[in-house]
Amino acid sequence: MSIILDHVNCIYGADTNQEVKALQDINLVIPDGQFIGLIGHTGSGKSTLVQHLNGLIKPSSGTIYYNGKDISDDDFNKKELRSKVGLVFQYPEHQLFEVDVFSDVCFGPKNLGLSQKEVQLRAYAALKLVGLEDEFFYQSPFELSGGQKRRVAIAGVLAMKPEILVLDEPTAGLDPKGRDEILDQIAKLKNETGITVVLVSHSMEDVAKYADRIIVMNHGSVMYDDEPMKVFRHFKELEEVGLAAPQVTYIMHALQERGLSVNTDVSTVEEARDEILRVLKN
Amino acid sequence: MIRDITLGQYYQAESPIHHLDPRTKLISTMLYIVSLFLMKNFIGYIVVLVFLGTVIKISQVPLKFILKGMKAIFMLLLITVFFNLVLTPGDTAISFWIINITWQGIRTAAFMAARLALLIVGTSLMTLTTTPNNLTDGLESLLGPLKKIKVPVHEISMMMSIALRFIPILLEETDKIMKAQIARGADFESGNLIKKIKSLVPLLVPLFISAFRRANDLAMAMEARCYRGGEHRTKMKPLAYHKQDVYALILVVVYMIACAVVGRILVLV
Repeated sequence: MSIILDHVNCIYGADTNQEVKALQDINLVIPDGQFIGLIGHTGSGKSTLVQHLNGLIKPSSGTIYYNGKDISDDDFNKKELRSKVGLVFQYPEHQLFEVDVFSDVCFGPKNLGLSQKEVQLRAYAALKLVGLEDEFFYQSPFELSGGQKRRVAIAGVLAMKPEILVLDEPTAGLDPKGRDEILDQIAKLKNETGITVVLVSHSMEDVAKYADRIIVMNHGSVMYDDEPMKVFRHFKELEEVGLAAPQVTYIMHALQERGLSVNTDVSTVEEARDEILRVLKN
Repeated sequence: MIRDITLGQYYQAESPIHHLDPRTKLISTMLYIVSLFLMKNFIGYIVVLVFLGTVIKISQVPLKFILKGMKAIFMLLLITVFFNLVLTPGDTAISFWIINITWQGIRTAAFMAARLALLIVGTSLMTLTTTPNNLTDGLESLLGPLKKIKVPVHEISMMMSIALRFIPILLEETDKIMKAQIARGADFESGNLIKKIKSLVPLLVPLFISAFRRANDLAMAMEARCYRGGEHRTKMKPLAYHKQDVYALILVVVYMIACAVVGRILVLV
Protein backbone atom coordinates (compact mmCIF):
# COMPACT_ATOMS: atom_id res chain seq x y z
CA MET A 1 0.00 0.00 0.00
CA SER A 2 1.99 2.94 -1.19
CA ILE A 3 2.16 5.67 -3.75
CA ILE A 4 5.25 6.09 -5.88
CA LEU A 5 5.83 9.11 -8.08
CA ASP A 6 8.42 8.50 -10.74
CA HIS A 7 9.85 11.49 -12.63
CA VAL A 8 6.52 13.29 -12.63
CA ASN A 9 6.30 16.55 -14.59
CA CYS A 10 3.28 18.77 -14.99
CA ILE A 11 2.98 21.67 -17.38
CA TYR A 12 0.01 24.04 -17.43
CA GLY A 13 -0.95 25.96 -20.54
CA ALA A 14 1.36 24.06 -22.86
CA ASP A 15 1.61 25.58 -26.37
CA THR A 16 0.82 29.09 -25.17
CA ASN A 17 3.07 31.91 -24.04
CA GLN A 18 1.78 31.41 -20.50
CA GLU A 19 3.32 28.00 -20.07
CA VAL A 20 3.90 27.16 -16.42
CA LYS A 21 5.99 24.26 -15.25
CA ALA A 22 3.98 23.41 -12.16
CA LEU A 23 5.92 20.27 -11.31
CA GLN A 24 9.43 19.34 -12.34
CA ASP A 25 10.82 15.85 -12.01
CA ILE A 26 9.11 14.80 -8.80
CA ASN A 27 10.28 11.49 -7.33
CA LEU A 28 8.57 10.49 -4.12
CA VAL A 29 7.56 7.40 -2.21
CA ILE A 30 4.64 7.67 0.17
CA PRO A 31 4.61 4.53 2.31
CA ASP A 32 1.89 3.38 4.68
CA GLY A 33 1.21 5.01 7.99
CA GLN A 34 3.33 8.12 7.66
CA PHE A 35 2.26 11.60 8.64
CA ILE A 36 3.74 13.77 5.92
CA GLY A 37 3.82 17.54 5.93
CA LEU A 38 3.97 19.03 2.45
CA ILE A 39 5.25 22.57 2.69
CA GLY A 40 5.79 25.30 0.16
CA HIS A 41 4.90 28.90 -0.44
CA THR A 42 2.01 29.92 -2.69
CA GLY A 43 2.50 28.66 -6.23
CA SER A 44 5.18 26.12 -5.36
CA GLY A 45 3.13 23.28 -6.79
CA LYS A 46 1.76 21.70 -3.61
CA SER A 47 -1.86 21.64 -4.71
CA THR A 48 -0.94 20.42 -8.17
CA LEU A 49 1.10 17.63 -6.64
CA VAL A 50 -1.67 16.36 -4.38
CA GLN A 51 -4.16 16.36 -7.24
CA HIS A 52 -1.86 13.94 -9.03
CA LEU A 53 -2.09 11.51 -6.14
CA ASN A 54 -5.68 10.53 -6.88
CA GLY A 55 -5.53 10.95 -10.61
CA LEU A 56 -7.43 14.23 -10.91
CA ILE A 57 -4.57 15.66 -12.92
CA LYS A 58 -2.70 13.52 -15.36
CA PRO A 59 1.05 14.10 -15.30
CA SER A 60 2.45 15.66 -18.49
CA SER A 61 5.17 13.03 -18.25
CA GLY A 62 6.28 10.49 -15.68
CA THR A 63 4.34 7.79 -13.89
CA ILE A 64 2.43 7.44 -10.65
CA TYR A 65 2.03 4.00 -9.11
CA TYR A 66 -0.56 3.08 -6.55
CA ASN A 67 0.25 -0.28 -4.97
CA GLY A 68 2.51 -1.00 -7.89
CA LYS A 69 -0.07 -0.24 -10.57
CA ASP A 70 0.25 2.63 -13.03
CA ILE A 71 -2.76 4.87 -12.38
CA SER A 72 -2.69 6.29 -15.91
CA ASP A 73 -3.45 2.86 -17.38
CA ASP A 74 -6.76 2.70 -19.18
CA ASP A 75 -7.96 -0.29 -17.20
CA PHE A 76 -7.02 1.21 -13.85
CA ASN A 77 -10.05 1.77 -11.65
CA LYS A 78 -9.87 5.50 -10.95
CA LYS A 79 -13.01 5.49 -8.85
CA GLU A 80 -11.53 2.99 -6.46
CA LEU A 81 -8.32 4.99 -6.32
CA ARG A 82 -10.28 8.07 -5.34
CA SER A 83 -11.96 6.23 -2.52
CA LYS A 84 -8.60 4.96 -1.27
CA VAL A 85 -6.82 8.28 -1.63
CA GLY A 86 -9.19 10.76 -0.01
CA LEU A 87 -8.46 14.31 -1.06
CA VAL A 88 -9.78 17.23 0.94
CA PHE A 89 -9.50 20.36 -1.16
CA GLN A 90 -8.65 23.86 -0.07
CA TYR A 91 -11.75 25.50 1.39
CA PRO A 92 -13.62 22.19 1.22
CA GLU A 93 -16.74 23.79 2.68
CA HIS A 94 -17.39 25.25 -0.78
CA GLN A 95 -18.29 21.82 -2.08
CA LEU A 96 -21.18 21.23 0.34
CA PHE A 97 -24.52 21.05 -1.43
CA GLU A 98 -27.01 18.79 0.33
CA VAL A 99 -30.05 19.82 2.35
CA ASP A 100 -28.54 18.62 5.61
CA VAL A 101 -25.16 17.75 7.03
CA PHE A 102 -25.79 14.04 7.24
CA SER A 103 -26.83 13.55 3.62
CA ASP A 104 -23.87 15.60 2.47
CA VAL A 105 -21.48 13.26 4.24
CA CYS A 106 -23.42 10.33 2.73
CA PHE A 107 -22.60 11.56 -0.79
CA GLY A 108 -19.11 10.00 -0.94
CA PRO A 109 -19.93 6.50 0.34
CA LYS A 110 -23.15 6.49 -1.71
CA ASN A 111 -21.09 7.03 -4.85
CA LEU A 112 -19.10 3.94 -3.94
CA GLY A 113 -22.26 1.91 -4.40
CA LEU A 114 -22.55 0.72 -0.82
CA SER A 115 -25.81 -0.35 0.81
CA GLN A 116 -27.85 2.37 2.46
CA LYS A 117 -27.16 0.98 5.91
CA GLU A 118 -23.43 0.92 5.33
CA VAL A 119 -23.55 4.44 3.90
CA GLN A 120 -25.28 5.77 6.98
CA LEU A 121 -23.00 3.91 9.36
CA ARG A 122 -19.97 5.35 7.65
CA ALA A 123 -21.40 8.86 7.58
CA TYR A 124 -22.19 8.66 11.27
CA ALA A 125 -18.74 7.32 12.12
CA ALA A 126 -17.05 10.00 10.01
CA LEU A 127 -19.00 12.82 11.64
CA LYS A 128 -18.05 11.41 15.04
CA LEU A 129 -14.40 11.23 13.95
CA VAL A 130 -14.31 14.94 13.17
CA GLY A 131 -16.00 15.67 16.46
CA LEU A 132 -19.27 17.15 15.28
CA GLU A 133 -22.10 17.01 17.79
CA ASP A 134 -25.30 15.13 16.94
CA GLU A 135 -27.42 18.27 17.14
CA PHE A 136 -25.93 19.56 13.89
CA PHE A 137 -26.54 16.40 11.85
CA TYR A 138 -29.87 17.48 10.42
CA GLN A 139 -29.15 21.16 10.00
CA SER A 140 -28.43 22.73 6.66
CA PRO A 141 -24.67 22.77 6.13
CA PHE A 142 -24.95 26.43 5.16
CA GLU A 143 -26.09 27.42 8.64
CA LEU A 144 -22.95 26.16 10.35
CA SER A 145 -19.89 28.18 11.29
CA GLY A 146 -16.78 28.13 9.10
CA GLY A 147 -14.95 25.61 11.27
CA GLN A 148 -17.97 23.32 11.51
CA LYS A 149 -18.53 23.44 7.77
CA ARG A 150 -14.96 22.43 7.21
CA ARG A 151 -15.32 19.46 9.54
CA VAL A 152 -18.41 18.34 7.68
CA ALA A 153 -16.47 18.56 4.43
CA ILE A 154 -13.58 16.56 5.88
CA ALA A 155 -16.07 13.99 7.21
CA GLY A 156 -17.45 13.77 3.68
CA VAL A 157 -14.09 12.45 2.53
CA LEU A 158 -13.44 10.34 5.62
CA ALA A 159 -16.75 8.55 5.12
CA MET A 160 -15.22 6.92 2.05
CA LYS A 161 -12.74 5.24 4.41
CA PRO A 162 -9.59 6.27 2.55
CA GLU A 163 -6.26 4.59 3.27
CA ILE A 164 -4.46 7.81 2.52
CA LEU A 165 -5.92 11.13 3.59
CA VAL A 166 -4.63 14.17 1.75
CA LEU A 167 -5.58 17.56 3.15
CA ASP A 168 -4.85 20.68 1.13
CA GLU A 169 -4.42 23.56 3.58
CA PRO A 170 -7.17 22.36 5.93
CA THR A 171 -6.60 25.29 8.29
CA ALA A 172 -6.68 28.16 5.77
CA GLY A 173 -8.91 30.96 6.98
CA LEU A 174 -9.57 29.47 10.41
CA ASP A 175 -8.81 31.18 13.71
CA PRO A 176 -6.06 29.68 15.95
CA LYS A 177 -8.57 27.71 17.99
CA GLY A 178 -10.29 26.25 14.94
CA ARG A 179 -6.89 25.48 13.45
CA ASP A 180 -5.65 23.60 16.51
CA GLU A 181 -8.91 21.69 16.78
CA ILE A 182 -8.77 20.49 13.20
CA LEU A 183 -5.09 19.56 13.39
CA ASP A 184 -5.52 17.75 16.70
CA GLN A 185 -8.43 15.85 15.28
CA ILE A 186 -6.38 14.79 12.28
CA ALA A 187 -3.53 13.66 14.52
CA LYS A 188 -5.96 11.72 16.70
CA LEU A 189 -7.50 10.15 13.64
CA LYS A 190 -4.10 9.04 12.45
CA ASN A 191 -3.22 7.48 15.79
CA GLU A 192 -6.55 5.67 16.03
CA THR A 193 -6.85 4.34 12.52
CA GLY A 194 -3.25 4.20 11.32
CA ILE A 195 -4.21 6.02 8.15
CA THR A 196 -1.52 7.72 6.06
CA VAL A 197 -1.85 11.50 6.19
CA VAL A 198 -0.47 14.08 3.78
CA LEU A 199 -0.96 17.54 5.21
CA VAL A 200 -0.38 20.43 2.82
CA SER A 201 0.44 23.74 4.40
CA HIS A 202 2.58 26.80 4.03
CA SER A 203 3.16 27.01 7.74
CA MET A 204 5.96 24.97 9.32
CA GLU A 205 4.46 25.66 12.72
CA ASP A 206 1.32 23.76 11.75
CA VAL A 207 3.02 20.61 10.65
CA ALA A 208 6.07 20.58 12.94
CA LYS A 209 4.03 19.23 15.81
CA TYR A 210 2.49 16.33 13.93
CA ALA A 211 4.49 15.28 10.91
CA ASP A 212 7.14 12.59 10.96
CA ARG A 213 8.38 13.59 7.53
CA ILE A 214 8.45 16.94 5.81
CA ILE A 215 8.60 17.56 2.09
CA VAL A 216 9.49 21.10 1.10
CA MET A 217 8.47 22.23 -2.37
CA ASN A 218 9.96 25.16 -4.22
CA HIS A 219 9.22 26.22 -7.81
CA GLY A 220 7.67 22.87 -8.63
CA SER A 221 10.47 20.68 -7.39
CA VAL A 222 11.24 18.96 -4.11
CA MET A 223 13.74 20.99 -2.13
CA TYR A 224 13.97 18.90 1.04
CA ASP A 225 12.46 15.58 1.95
CA ASP A 226 13.45 14.50 5.42
CA GLU A 227 12.58 14.24 9.08
CA PRO A 228 11.33 17.55 10.50
CA MET A 229 14.45 18.16 12.61
CA LYS A 230 16.76 17.70 9.69
CA VAL A 231 14.67 20.00 7.52
CA PHE A 232 14.62 22.69 10.21
CA ARG A 233 18.41 22.73 10.28
CA HIS A 234 18.16 24.45 6.90
CA PHE A 235 16.20 27.32 8.39
CA LYS A 236 18.30 29.88 6.58
CA GLU A 237 17.68 28.32 3.19
CA LEU A 238 14.00 27.97 4.05
CA GLU A 239 13.80 31.68 4.68
CA GLU A 240 15.27 32.41 1.28
CA VAL A 241 12.35 30.64 -0.38
CA GLY A 242 9.76 32.47 1.68
CA LEU A 243 9.27 29.84 4.38
CA ALA A 244 10.34 29.71 7.98
CA ALA A 245 11.23 27.10 10.54
CA PRO A 246 9.11 27.02 13.72
CA GLN A 247 9.86 29.84 16.13
CA VAL A 248 11.43 27.50 18.69
CA THR A 249 14.10 26.59 16.16
CA TYR A 250 15.19 30.21 16.08
CA ILE A 251 15.16 30.47 19.86
CA MET A 252 17.24 27.34 20.26
CA HIS A 253 19.77 28.54 17.69
CA ALA A 254 19.95 31.93 19.38
CA LEU A 255 20.53 30.24 22.75
CA GLN A 256 23.27 28.13 21.27
CA GLU A 257 24.95 31.19 19.81
CA ARG A 258 24.89 32.84 23.22
CA GLY A 259 26.75 29.89 24.69
CA LEU A 260 24.01 27.66 26.10
CA SER A 261 24.83 24.22 24.68
CA VAL A 262 21.29 23.11 23.88
CA ASN A 263 20.42 20.58 21.25
CA THR A 264 18.75 22.61 18.50
CA ASP A 265 16.85 19.65 17.08
CA VAL A 266 13.47 20.36 18.59
CA SER A 267 10.24 21.07 16.81
CA THR A 268 7.69 21.95 19.46
CA VAL A 269 7.55 24.35 22.36
CA GLU A 270 7.24 21.46 24.84
CA GLU A 271 10.37 19.76 23.55
CA ALA A 272 12.22 23.06 23.68
CA ARG A 273 11.19 23.56 27.30
CA ASP A 274 12.39 20.08 28.28
CA GLU A 275 15.67 20.59 26.45
CA ILE A 276 16.38 23.97 28.06
CA LEU A 277 15.53 22.61 31.49
CA ARG A 278 17.78 19.62 30.93
CA VAL A 279 20.73 21.82 30.02
CA LEU A 280 20.11 24.26 32.87
CA LYS A 281 19.86 21.46 35.45
CA ASN A 282 23.24 20.08 34.46
CA MET B 1 -11.72 19.78 -19.92
CA ILE B 2 -13.46 22.94 -18.86
CA ARG B 3 -10.34 25.00 -19.39
CA ASP B 4 -10.69 24.44 -23.13
CA ILE B 5 -13.37 27.10 -23.39
CA THR B 6 -11.54 30.15 -24.67
CA LEU B 7 -14.66 32.22 -25.29
CA GLY B 8 -14.30 35.57 -23.55
CA GLN B 9 -10.75 34.88 -22.46
CA TYR B 10 -7.87 37.27 -22.88
CA TYR B 11 -4.55 36.14 -24.30
CA GLN B 12 -1.66 38.24 -23.06
CA ALA B 13 0.76 39.37 -25.79
CA GLU B 14 2.35 42.54 -27.11
CA SER B 15 1.10 42.62 -30.68
CA PRO B 16 -0.09 45.53 -32.85
CA ILE B 17 -3.60 44.08 -32.62
CA HIS B 18 -3.47 44.13 -28.83
CA HIS B 19 -2.46 47.79 -28.92
CA LEU B 20 -5.29 48.92 -31.17
CA ASP B 21 -8.01 51.06 -29.67
CA PRO B 22 -10.87 48.84 -28.50
CA ARG B 23 -13.33 50.91 -30.55
CA THR B 24 -11.36 50.14 -33.69
CA LYS B 25 -11.52 46.48 -32.87
CA LEU B 26 -15.24 46.60 -32.10
CA ILE B 27 -16.06 48.38 -35.35
CA SER B 28 -13.79 46.06 -37.32
CA THR B 29 -15.39 43.01 -35.77
CA MET B 30 -18.82 44.35 -36.57
CA LEU B 31 -17.81 44.95 -40.18
CA TYR B 32 -16.22 41.51 -40.27
CA ILE B 33 -19.52 39.93 -39.20
CA VAL B 34 -21.34 41.90 -41.88
CA SER B 35 -18.80 40.73 -44.45
CA LEU B 36 -19.50 37.10 -43.57
CA PHE B 37 -23.19 37.58 -44.24
CA LEU B 38 -22.50 39.37 -47.51
CA MET B 39 -20.99 36.23 -48.99
CA LYS B 40 -22.92 34.44 -51.64
CA ASN B 41 -20.23 32.05 -52.81
CA PHE B 42 -17.30 30.03 -51.55
CA ILE B 43 -14.66 32.09 -53.30
CA GLY B 44 -15.53 34.98 -51.00
CA TYR B 45 -14.42 32.85 -48.07
CA ILE B 46 -10.93 32.74 -49.49
CA VAL B 47 -10.73 36.50 -49.00
CA VAL B 48 -12.04 36.08 -45.45
CA LEU B 49 -9.56 33.30 -44.72
CA VAL B 50 -6.62 35.32 -46.02
CA PHE B 51 -7.71 38.35 -43.98
CA LEU B 52 -8.38 36.35 -40.83
CA GLY B 53 -5.15 34.39 -41.19
CA THR B 54 -3.14 37.59 -41.51
CA VAL B 55 -4.80 39.13 -38.47
CA ILE B 56 -4.24 36.00 -36.39
CA LYS B 57 -0.60 35.94 -37.47
CA ILE B 58 -0.14 39.58 -36.44
CA SER B 59 -2.00 39.08 -33.16
CA GLN B 60 0.55 36.46 -31.98
CA VAL B 61 -2.26 34.34 -30.55
CA PRO B 62 -1.36 30.72 -31.36
CA LEU B 63 -3.78 29.15 -33.82
CA LYS B 64 -3.97 26.07 -31.60
CA PHE B 65 -5.27 28.22 -28.77
CA ILE B 66 -8.02 29.70 -30.93
CA LEU B 67 -9.05 26.36 -32.37
CA LYS B 68 -9.28 24.87 -28.89
CA GLY B 69 -12.16 27.28 -28.30
CA MET B 70 -13.90 25.80 -31.32
CA LYS B 71 -14.42 22.56 -29.43
CA ALA B 72 -17.10 24.30 -27.39
CA ILE B 73 -19.23 25.04 -30.44
CA PHE B 74 -18.57 21.74 -32.18
CA MET B 75 -22.00 20.38 -31.24
CA LEU B 76 -23.68 23.52 -32.57
CA LEU B 77 -21.77 23.13 -35.83
CA LEU B 78 -22.86 19.50 -36.11
CA ILE B 79 -26.50 20.35 -35.55
CA THR B 80 -26.35 23.13 -38.15
CA VAL B 81 -24.76 20.82 -40.66
CA PHE B 82 -27.23 18.05 -39.96
CA PHE B 83 -30.38 20.13 -40.39
CA ASN B 84 -29.08 21.85 -43.48
CA LEU B 85 -28.18 18.50 -44.96
CA VAL B 86 -31.54 16.84 -44.47
CA LEU B 87 -33.97 19.73 -44.74
CA THR B 88 -32.83 21.54 -47.88
CA PRO B 89 -35.02 20.72 -50.88
CA GLY B 90 -33.47 20.17 -54.30
CA ASP B 91 -31.83 17.48 -56.46
CA THR B 92 -31.20 14.24 -54.59
CA ALA B 93 -27.59 13.27 -54.05
CA ILE B 94 -27.89 10.41 -51.58
CA SER B 95 -31.10 8.86 -50.40
CA PHE B 96 -31.61 6.18 -47.80
CA TRP B 97 -34.49 5.26 -45.46
CA ILE B 98 -36.42 8.53 -44.95
CA ILE B 99 -33.39 10.76 -45.27
CA ASN B 100 -32.92 12.59 -48.50
CA ILE B 101 -29.70 14.52 -48.91
CA THR B 102 -29.62 16.98 -51.78
CA TRP B 103 -26.74 18.66 -53.60
CA GLN B 104 -28.12 21.98 -52.51
CA GLY B 105 -28.22 20.66 -48.93
CA ILE B 106 -24.57 19.68 -49.03
CA ARG B 107 -23.66 23.08 -50.39
CA THR B 108 -25.71 25.01 -47.81
CA ALA B 109 -24.43 22.85 -44.96
CA ALA B 110 -20.81 23.44 -45.91
CA PHE B 111 -21.55 27.10 -46.44
CA MET B 112 -23.23 27.53 -43.06
CA ALA B 113 -20.58 25.56 -41.19
CA ALA B 114 -17.85 27.70 -42.74
CA ARG B 115 -19.73 30.87 -41.89
CA LEU B 116 -20.32 29.82 -38.30
CA ALA B 117 -16.73 28.72 -37.78
CA LEU B 118 -15.33 31.93 -39.26
CA LEU B 119 -17.77 33.95 -37.18
CA ILE B 120 -16.63 32.37 -33.94
CA VAL B 121 -12.92 32.51 -34.75
CA GLY B 122 -13.13 36.13 -35.86
CA THR B 123 -15.11 37.37 -32.89
CA SER B 124 -13.14 35.36 -30.35
CA LEU B 125 -10.03 37.03 -31.74
CA MET B 126 -11.41 40.32 -30.50
CA THR B 127 -11.91 39.11 -26.92
CA LEU B 128 -8.57 37.31 -27.02
CA THR B 129 -6.70 40.49 -27.86
CA THR B 130 -8.69 42.98 -25.77
CA THR B 131 -8.87 43.05 -22.00
CA PRO B 132 -12.44 43.05 -20.68
CA ASN B 133 -11.90 46.51 -19.24
CA ASN B 134 -10.79 47.94 -22.55
CA LEU B 135 -13.60 46.20 -24.34
CA THR B 136 -16.30 47.73 -22.20
CA ASP B 137 -14.65 51.13 -22.27
CA GLY B 138 -14.80 50.93 -26.03
CA LEU B 139 -18.39 49.79 -25.98
CA GLU B 140 -19.38 52.53 -23.61
CA SER B 141 -17.76 55.15 -25.82
CA LEU B 142 -19.37 53.75 -28.97
CA LEU B 143 -22.81 53.61 -27.38
CA GLY B 144 -22.32 57.09 -25.93
CA PRO B 145 -24.88 58.78 -28.22
CA LEU B 146 -27.59 56.57 -26.73
CA LYS B 147 -27.21 58.43 -23.43
CA LYS B 148 -29.22 61.20 -25.07
CA ILE B 149 -32.27 58.97 -25.06
CA LYS B 150 -31.70 57.97 -21.43
CA VAL B 151 -30.13 54.59 -22.05
CA PRO B 152 -27.93 53.75 -19.01
CA VAL B 153 -24.89 53.09 -21.19
CA HIS B 154 -22.36 53.17 -18.40
CA GLU B 155 -24.30 50.74 -16.26
CA ILE B 156 -24.80 48.37 -19.16
CA SER B 157 -21.13 48.37 -20.03
CA MET B 158 -20.20 47.93 -16.38
CA MET B 159 -22.47 44.91 -16.16
CA MET B 160 -20.91 43.53 -19.30
CA SER B 161 -17.39 43.99 -18.03
CA ILE B 162 -18.24 42.27 -14.76
CA ALA B 163 -19.93 39.42 -16.61
CA LEU B 164 -16.90 39.00 -18.85
CA ARG B 165 -14.55 39.17 -15.91
CA PHE B 166 -16.51 36.48 -14.13
CA ILE B 167 -16.39 33.96 -16.96
CA PRO B 168 -12.87 32.71 -16.23
CA ILE B 169 -13.44 32.94 -12.47
CA LEU B 170 -16.57 30.83 -12.61
CA LEU B 171 -14.94 28.38 -15.01
CA GLU B 172 -12.11 27.94 -12.57
CA GLU B 173 -14.57 27.53 -9.74
CA THR B 174 -16.52 24.93 -11.72
CA ASP B 175 -13.30 23.08 -12.38
CA LYS B 176 -12.44 23.13 -8.70
CA ILE B 177 -15.84 21.99 -7.44
CA MET B 178 -16.01 19.35 -10.14
CA LYS B 179 -12.66 17.98 -9.01
CA ALA B 180 -13.70 18.09 -5.38
CA GLN B 181 -16.85 16.10 -6.13
CA ILE B 182 -14.98 13.67 -8.37
CA ALA B 183 -12.62 13.14 -5.43
CA ARG B 184 -15.74 12.16 -3.48
CA GLY B 185 -16.62 9.61 -6.12
CA ALA B 186 -19.05 11.71 -8.17
CA ASP B 187 -19.50 10.63 -11.77
CA PHE B 188 -20.39 13.31 -14.29
CA GLU B 189 -19.98 11.26 -17.42
CA SER B 190 -21.73 7.90 -17.38
CA GLY B 191 -25.41 7.05 -17.04
CA ASN B 192 -28.51 8.06 -18.97
CA LEU B 193 -29.76 11.62 -19.40
CA ILE B 194 -31.74 11.78 -16.15
CA LYS B 195 -28.82 10.38 -14.19
CA LYS B 196 -26.50 12.87 -15.82
CA ILE B 197 -28.76 15.79 -14.96
CA LYS B 198 -29.06 14.56 -11.40
CA SER B 199 -25.29 14.28 -11.15
CA LEU B 200 -25.05 18.00 -11.88
CA VAL B 201 -26.75 18.97 -8.60
CA PRO B 202 -23.57 18.55 -6.51
CA LEU B 203 -21.86 20.83 -9.02
CA LEU B 204 -24.51 23.47 -9.57
CA VAL B 205 -25.56 24.11 -5.98
CA PRO B 206 -22.07 25.02 -4.76
CA LEU B 207 -21.46 26.95 -7.97
CA PHE B 208 -24.54 29.12 -7.49
CA ILE B 209 -23.69 29.71 -3.87
CA SER B 210 -20.18 30.74 -4.77
CA ALA B 211 -21.42 33.00 -7.58
CA PHE B 212 -23.69 34.81 -5.16
CA ARG B 213 -20.95 35.02 -2.57
CA ARG B 214 -18.57 36.52 -5.12
CA ALA B 215 -21.19 38.95 -6.37
CA ASN B 216 -21.81 40.02 -2.80
CA ASP B 217 -18.11 40.49 -2.11
CA LEU B 218 -17.64 42.49 -5.28
CA ALA B 219 -20.60 44.74 -4.51
CA MET B 220 -19.16 45.31 -1.04
CA ALA B 221 -15.72 46.11 -2.41
CA MET B 222 -17.14 48.56 -4.94
CA GLU B 223 -19.25 50.16 -2.26
CA ALA B 224 -16.21 50.46 0.00
CA ARG B 225 -14.36 52.35 -2.71
CA CYS B 226 -17.30 54.71 -3.16
CA TYR B 227 -18.13 53.52 -6.62
CA ARG B 228 -20.89 55.36 -8.38
CA GLY B 229 -21.37 54.98 -12.07
CA GLY B 230 -22.61 57.26 -14.80
CA GLU B 231 -22.15 61.01 -14.86
CA HIS B 232 -18.90 62.71 -13.87
CA ARG B 233 -16.92 59.51 -13.72
CA THR B 234 -13.44 60.06 -15.13
CA LYS B 235 -10.98 57.53 -16.48
CA MET B 236 -7.37 56.95 -15.62
CA LYS B 237 -6.60 55.98 -19.19
CA PRO B 238 -9.02 57.74 -21.53
CA LEU B 239 -9.37 56.11 -24.93
CA ALA B 240 -7.62 57.80 -27.83
CA TYR B 241 -7.30 56.92 -31.49
CA HIS B 242 -3.78 56.63 -32.85
CA LYS B 243 -2.24 56.40 -36.28
CA GLN B 244 -2.37 52.62 -36.30
CA ASP B 245 -6.12 52.73 -35.70
CA VAL B 246 -6.59 54.76 -38.87
CA TYR B 247 -4.45 52.28 -40.81
CA ALA B 248 -6.38 49.38 -39.35
CA LEU B 249 -9.74 50.90 -40.28
CA ILE B 250 -8.54 51.64 -43.82
CA LEU B 251 -7.42 48.03 -44.12
CA VAL B 252 -10.80 46.81 -42.91
CA VAL B 253 -12.58 49.03 -45.42
CA VAL B 254 -10.38 47.66 -48.22
CA TYR B 255 -11.21 44.18 -46.98
CA MET B 256 -14.91 44.97 -47.02
CA ILE B 257 -14.73 46.19 -50.62
CA ALA B 258 -12.80 43.06 -51.58
CA CYS B 259 -15.46 40.95 -49.90
CA ALA B 260 -18.26 42.77 -51.64
CA VAL B 261 -16.57 42.44 -55.02
CA VAL B 262 -15.60 38.78 -54.70
CA GLY B 263 -18.52 37.57 -52.65
CA ARG B 264 -21.39 39.27 -54.41
CA ILE B 265 -20.48 40.57 -57.80
CA LEU B 266 -18.33 37.72 -59.08
CA VAL B 267 -21.01 35.07 -58.97
CA LEU B 268 -19.01 32.13 -60.22
CA VAL B 269 -20.45 29.33 -58.15
